[in-house]
Amino acid sequence: MIETNENSSPNKTRYWFLRGLLCLFSMPVLILNGAFIGFSSLAREAGFTLIETQFMVATVWALPSKVVLIGAVMSKSTLLATFLAVCLSAVRLMPMVVAIVPEMRAAKTRKITLYILSHFVAVTAWVMALERFKNVPRDDRTSFFAGLVCVLLISNLAMVYLTFQVAEDMPPLLSAALVFLTPLYFLFSLWGSARERASHYAMFAGLVFTPLCHSIMPQIDILGAGIAGGALAYFIVRQQGASKS
Amino acid sequence: MTFTSYDTWWWPFLFILLGGWLPTGMWRYLGVYFAGDIDENAQVLVFVRAIATALVAAVIAKLVLYPDGALAQSALILRLAAVVIGFVIYHVSRGKVWLGVLTAEAIFIVGNYWHTGT
Repeated sequence: MIETNENSSPNKTRYWFLRGLLCLFSMPVLILNGAFIGFSSLAREAGFTLIETQFMVATVWALPSKVVLIGAVMSKSTLLATFLAVCLSAVRLMPMVVAIVPEMRAAKTRKITLYILSHFVAVTAWVMALERFKNVPRDDRTSFFAGLVCVLLISNLAMVYLTFQVAEDMPPLLSAALVFLTPLYFLFSLWGSARERASHYAMFAGLVFTPLCHSIMPQIDILGAGIAGGALAYFIVRQQGASKS
Repeated sequence: MTFTSYDTWWWPFLFILLGGWLPTGMWRYLGVYFAGDIDENAQVLVFVRAIATALVAAVIAKLVLYPDGALAQSALILRLAAVVIGFVIYHVSRGKVWLGVLTAEAIFIVGNYWHTGT
């Protein structure tokens, strides 16, 4: 882990912001933008305008939650029902933020900076940042993260715009294949970013528990599978550790 | 009060803010609050990472098993086969994400084409 005691100079800040921007040319950003083509055609089918879709991308900023929001609008849900459905889909964002903040902040980082940057925590930025932070000096991690999310935001909005210009002519199989990119990309990048055995077990448990929970309590299947799977994985690994020592 | 309740330009935007931004944003802001002064090597973070990972895994499983929209038209067995074989390729290629994605997508597209002829 690189630790720097010196203050971050404006030049260094700019450099790391730029390094964040350069993440544009990386596989995860390319795949995410592909998934956004599929997402945009879904939004368009549901009756969202271009501006509404872009507004949703910028304000909600988590692909699965946007899909839930669109699903709620399509089924003519009330605002309250929509709020609750999206709320359940987004619980995961809290532990994701709790996990990333201690690695992102330096001694002088202001709380308000963390609150603003936390808005951009979603799978892609989270996985990319956790992988790359070890190569970024601690004082510059917020700058790097800001650059990374800027490039994600701008490229996603551009992709929504482009898709709205052509989506009518898109064959259904192509848009299905592009929507399919999201779970694929999430699966591989999440597995790759897992640091410890507990996370690998947690991922496996989360996957397997979902159909079980779905058959028992379809409304809160993700929440049930996630919390039960994560906790089980953690305690199994702790038990293994205890029995070894 | 649904998405199309009011015929004004601002209602859809307000609906997105209250039904989309608020219920996602509040979890993120709570996350910053709870992160407080936790040390990055704290044991509790291993637990938090396990929960976060399992929750994302559950989202993945749901997208594959119970999808909406265009994806819902495809056969479940095909989506499962594509994901499993893609993951095996990803694993044996020592973590090449693009190779795993490409394999799974190829199986998905060819399988659908063959299955429905569209």
